[in-house]
Amino acid sequence: MNEKILLAEIAELKKRLREKEAALIALRQETQILQENGLTNTEIARYSRQVILPSIGVTGQIKIKHASVLIVGAGGLGCPSGLYLAGAGVGRIGIIDYDDVEITNLHRQVLFTSSDIGRPKACAAAEHLNRLNDSIQVVPYKVQLDSSNALNIVKDYDIVLDATDNVATRYLLNDACVLAGKPLVSGSALQFEGQLTVYNFRGGPCFRCIYPDPPPPETVNNCGDSGVIGAVVGTIGVLQALQVINIILDLPGIMSQRLLLFNGINMKFRDLTLRAQNKKCAVCGPNSTIHHLIDYEQFCGSKANDKNPNLKVLEQHERISVVDYNEKISSMPHLLIDVRSAQEFELCHLEHSLNIPFKTLSNNKNLEKLQKEINENHHETKNIYVICRRGNDSQKAVKIMKNFFTNSDIQIRDIIGGIHAWTYNIDTSFPIY
Amino acid sequence: MNQTDLPIVIEFGGGAEYLFDNKTKHNIVLPAKPQWTLGELILWMRDNMLQDKEREDLFVQDETIRPGILVLVNETDWELLDEGNYKLQPNDNVLFISTLHGG
Repeated sequence: MNEKILLAEIAELKKRLREKEAALIALRQETQILQENGLTNTEIARYSRQVILPSIGVTGQIKIKHASVLIVGAGGLGCPSGLYLAGAGVGRIGIIDYDDVEITNLHRQVLFTSSDIGRPKACAAAEHLNRLNDSIQVVPYKVQLDSSNALNIVKDYDIVLDATDNVATRYLLNDACVLAGKPLVSGSALQFEGQLTVYNFRGGPCFRCIYPDPPPPETVNNCGDSGVIGAVVGTIGVLQALQVINIILDLPGIMSQRLLLFNGINMKFRDLTLRAQNKKCAVCGPNSTIHHLIDYEQFCGSKANDKNPNLKVLEQHERISVVDYNEKISSMPHLLIDVRSAQEFELCHLEHSLNIPFKTLSNNKNLEKLQKEINENHHETKNIYVICRRGNDSQKAVKIMKNFFTNSDIQIRDIIGGIHAWTYNIDTSFPIY
Repeated sequence: MNQTDLPIVIEFGGGAEYLFDNKTKHNIVLPAKPQWTLGELILWMRDNMLQDKEREDLFVQDETIRPGILVLVNETDWELLDEGNYKLQPNDNVLFISTLHGG
């Protein structure tokens, strides 16, 4: 039996399973016994371990039941927060994500399983949360949050959880929350570090109060390029869920005007004190200038996703396709430099390539080392080719190297599309990540 | 160490350490001077500590810290401390945090 037929059969069986489960939920809801305190017998049993806490009680559980929370981004933050919010019985959870599940998500995005690959994240997440708790309403939004839809979605919820992965969407969401008057529980993580804070809460600062100007796009790193450990981003996601519950229950300890740092390498948490609301803030100050959502991609100079755009820094004659490289160059004397990180190089690399990570390339010592390598082992080589994962860093690397090797007759070119193009066009057995 | 040398601790987080030898904690003794302000420290760091001069605009722009890096002294936002005019005290902990956006 081939893979295609098996996958189709599994999909069909899953569809039937979902229908039966929905029928079962409906049947059970008809027979719910509602107590005078407002909780059903099922809810009393399900939430008993938290209801017996003095800070919660029946009153607190009813607040949680009547609360609505919007999770923006079903990623490494949104997945674990969703689990704990659904588990705690938040009555209505909205979950927004425009993207589909990919295999590279699964190490940290714990709402998805291998069989969800290719499915819309919002739908797979909603289904998983409803499987965990069928007495709550989960609303999936498979949309890209933008200036045209953000306010309409945000206004239907009490609290918003920022689990996004890019600067433009963070500004958008902040402004939407200020305009709609909703607290924003913001988390972020990269590599072994995480950050958490709460914006726009009872007169506290908003994201723009702290960051009136967006960062230069080249300083912003994403999980795909810099990496992230699941347990760290998960820690922040779980803490975001806890902050939401504290806000619903009106407990102290809200991270407004505070920034929590978590470093997963030295296992340290730091609680920093941030500035108060900025009276000159363009969106939440008394003389605000932003009364409608703006174009955030333009404002930030970067896209509202964490995918890398295809750069075009070099001229056509400074570049070569993988096909031409493979056919015309690979057997000729040349030097192939791979500018990915040492860890990526270790994952996979082309034969006879020399690894000089892009981050270390602009350091003159490394360029001098490269000059030495050329002089000693490649003195007849007049051709240097530079490769990376997708063909962006390789172009920047060519620029840097051309600035350094100004007085030589060395030709430096980059390989278009990097090792991704190599896999797609030359060698399909080469791994992709 | 003479009397006016100023020992401080400088820390980096959120990736700001990449510009400083990838070290997150630096024990520094600032050269003797009647008074050091935080603003002067930032320029001193640019001139004396920054590894890669080509990329100094990833740390300093327009003679102050670039957007997206928070400056904190003893865990408090420099905005609450008169920003660059804050007068450094012996053993102050100055933390530079680059804001993360991944998730």
